[in-house]
Amino acid sequence: MKKLTRILALVLSLAMVVVLASCDSLKGTDETTVTTALAGTVPIDKGAIKVGVLHITSIEDTSGYTFAHHSGIMEMKESLGLKDEQVIEKDNVSDTDIPATKAAIQDLINAGCNIIFATSFNYMNTMEEFANNPDYQDIIFSHCSGYKSNNVNFNNYFGRIYEARYLAGIAAGLKAKQLNKPLLGYVAAMDVTMSEVTGGIDAWALGIQSVYPEAKVKVKVTGSWYNPEAEKAAAQALIDAGCVVIGQHCDSDVTQTTAQDNGVFGCGYNSDMTPFAPKGHICAPIWNWGVYYTAAVQAAIDGTWKPVNYYEGMNKGLVDISPINEDVAAPGTKEAVEAAKAKIASGELFVFTGPLYDNTGKLVLAAGEKLTDAQITGGMTYYIKGVDLL
Amino acid sequence: MTNVINFIVAAVLSGTPLLFATTGEILTQRSGNLNLGVEGMMWLGAFAGFYTAYKTENPVLAVLAAFGLAAFGALIYAFLTVTMKANQNVTGLTLTTFGIGLSLVMGYAMIDSAGGAPKVSSELRASLAPADIPFLSDIPYVGKLLFQYNPLVYLGIAVAALSAVYLYRTRTGLNVRAVGENPSSADAAGINVTAAKYINILIGGGICGIGGAYMSLVTANGSWQPAGIVNGNGWIAVALVIFVSWNPAKAILGSFIFGAFNSLTNYIPASVVEIPKAFYQMLPFVLTTVVLIITSIRKSRENSQPAGCGINYFREER
Repeated sequence: MKKLTRILALVLSLAMVVVLASCDSLKGTDETTVTTALAGTVPIDKGAIKVGVLHITSIEDTSGYTFAHHSGIMEMKESLGLKDEQVIEKDNVSDTDIPATKAAIQDLINAGCNIIFATSFNYMNTMEEFANNPDYQDIIFSHCSGYKSNNVNFNNYFGRIYEARYLAGIAAGLKAKQLNKPLLGYVAAMDVTMSEVTGGIDAWALGIQSVYPEAKVKVKVTGSWYNPEAEKAAAQALIDAGCVVIGQHCDSDVTQTTAQDNGVFGCGYNSDMTPFAPKGHICAPIWNWGVYYTAAVQAAIDGTWKPVNYYEGMNKGLVDISPINEDVAAPGTKEAVEAAKAKIASGELFVFTGPLYDNTGKLVLAAGEKLTDAQITGGMTYYIKGVDLL
Repeated sequence: MTNVINFIVAAVLSGTPLLFATTGEILTQRSGNLNLGVEGMMWLGAFAGFYTAYKTENPVLAVLAAFGLAAFGALIYAFLTVTMKANQNVTGLTLTTFGIGLSLVMGYAMIDSAGGAPKVSSELRASLAPADIPFLSDIPYVGKLLFQYNPLVYLGIAVAALSAVYLYRTRTGLNVRAVGENPSSADAAGINVTAAKYINILIGGGICGIGGAYMSLVTANGSWQPAGIVNGNGWIAVALVIFVSWNPAKAILGSFIFGAFNSLTNYIPASVVEIPKAFYQMLPFVLTTVVLIITSIRKSRENSQPAGCGINYFREER
């Protein structure tokens, strides 16, 4: 009996050695195939492409940030004629939960995705790790709203939403001017240190001041991208303080419905919010993410994808404002907005052109100078003149 | 002056869902059951109230539906803890997970069938709009301060007041408190312990559900917010129960004080003093801790947790 066990042990250990050795050889062949196909350089058959997406909130959102991205993905799927199983969307992935982010990206890789989009800022570092992993050099990683890339298979993409905010500011300013009340409010998700939010407020204020120079903007920070309760409370406080037009950089439509309930007006964000507040909402800066997603996936199919950063605006149709609500807007709004829009598209008007003063009166941009893209995406950590916390 | 009144109004509005949830949880705990499923029951109420308002456009039915579905959640909890003697903490936490999950799933189904964002009709919203009582609402300052709330605020105050009368001024209430303090003595005295617990857990859960309906119909302006309706208010209510020392009458003021903490951040002008938001968010819990310390030092029977709370009652156990 004892002998038998020994023989068995010997056989088993031999078997293990053989298996291990074959594993090694397998790994070897794998590596050779991987190195030949660098991401984006080889055409991929349209039937074989697989797109993965990471969303921060639910794709069932009906108006907010994820709604805009999900709509863009759907548009891309439709215009390229991809099948349902070729697009995998992971939603409700908290971008501050690194293990969850890792697991979600790993799932997308395991499912065979060739190109993965991560739509929220804090996915950035995790995505960078995956992109730099030698095993995944054949996968395209594309990150929204951040600033990192690796010149191989990892880029970032965002848009000049401030152009749309400037236009919405013109509409808001004209409304306040019509009411003869130079006080406007803004429900902001994040505080002044967050360039994406602060730059948006500044652009909105510049749009307002372009038509109503003495107007002031009061800001309330909720501390969260999506919190209907806090957004309503902040909007109500702004209205209580006398603001007559309320802008927003947060995800729910509650700011706009609260404005309407109080008989004041507002500019939404991400999608047209007029159906939700037909008597209050003027117009909203919106995203057409389908423009980027279609171009990026098409490039991956053609094998012409480049790891360069994508930062486009009104010229490509990536950002826009929703149709002006004529029942609410001041007379002449549409004409004024259209005129400014044409100037932005032609390059005649650049929103952040000096002289620009911050709200302490310090000159931050000399006359005639323009902010660089890097300054706009990462360096706008000051409110301009006329903008203050409430 | 106007600013102060605006602040108080904001505090009351923000405290009302807490008032429902706290009153409901007090009724539950007074019968000797710690139900940590408040957040989940509020979610159930938020969904049921919203869906009923959306479909029937009847605010009374909406409140009843919110009460009913949340009471159903509480029934699961009551069956597991009272009849099956399952651990109360674990069962309550499970109810929270269950309530949130079920409401989200049903909410998504509702969005799919509506083909977009479901919203309640403007007529229904008008029925929950701030009151406009002839003469009273028009009194300067006082009108805005007392007579311009939406009907659910007055309902919340009435429910809390009635609960206080029930617990402290009726024989049934006395029995319930006896069950919560010492179930075996109450049992020996001929009180039906199981019935008392079931009734209080179900009614308490239902009241929590109305708080949830307040969040979806009033706070969120009658638009279904897929993931942000109840927003942790159920957990704050659990702390608030301690803060008001298990007394529904005190819950009225206590909820509005907690509501005031929520609103402070919006009504203290940044030009006066700029305090980080996190500090304001911390205040309710600091105050609860202080109250807990003070009551434990004073060792007052009246103001402490019912002695039998959290412990399942086995009749045969000696």
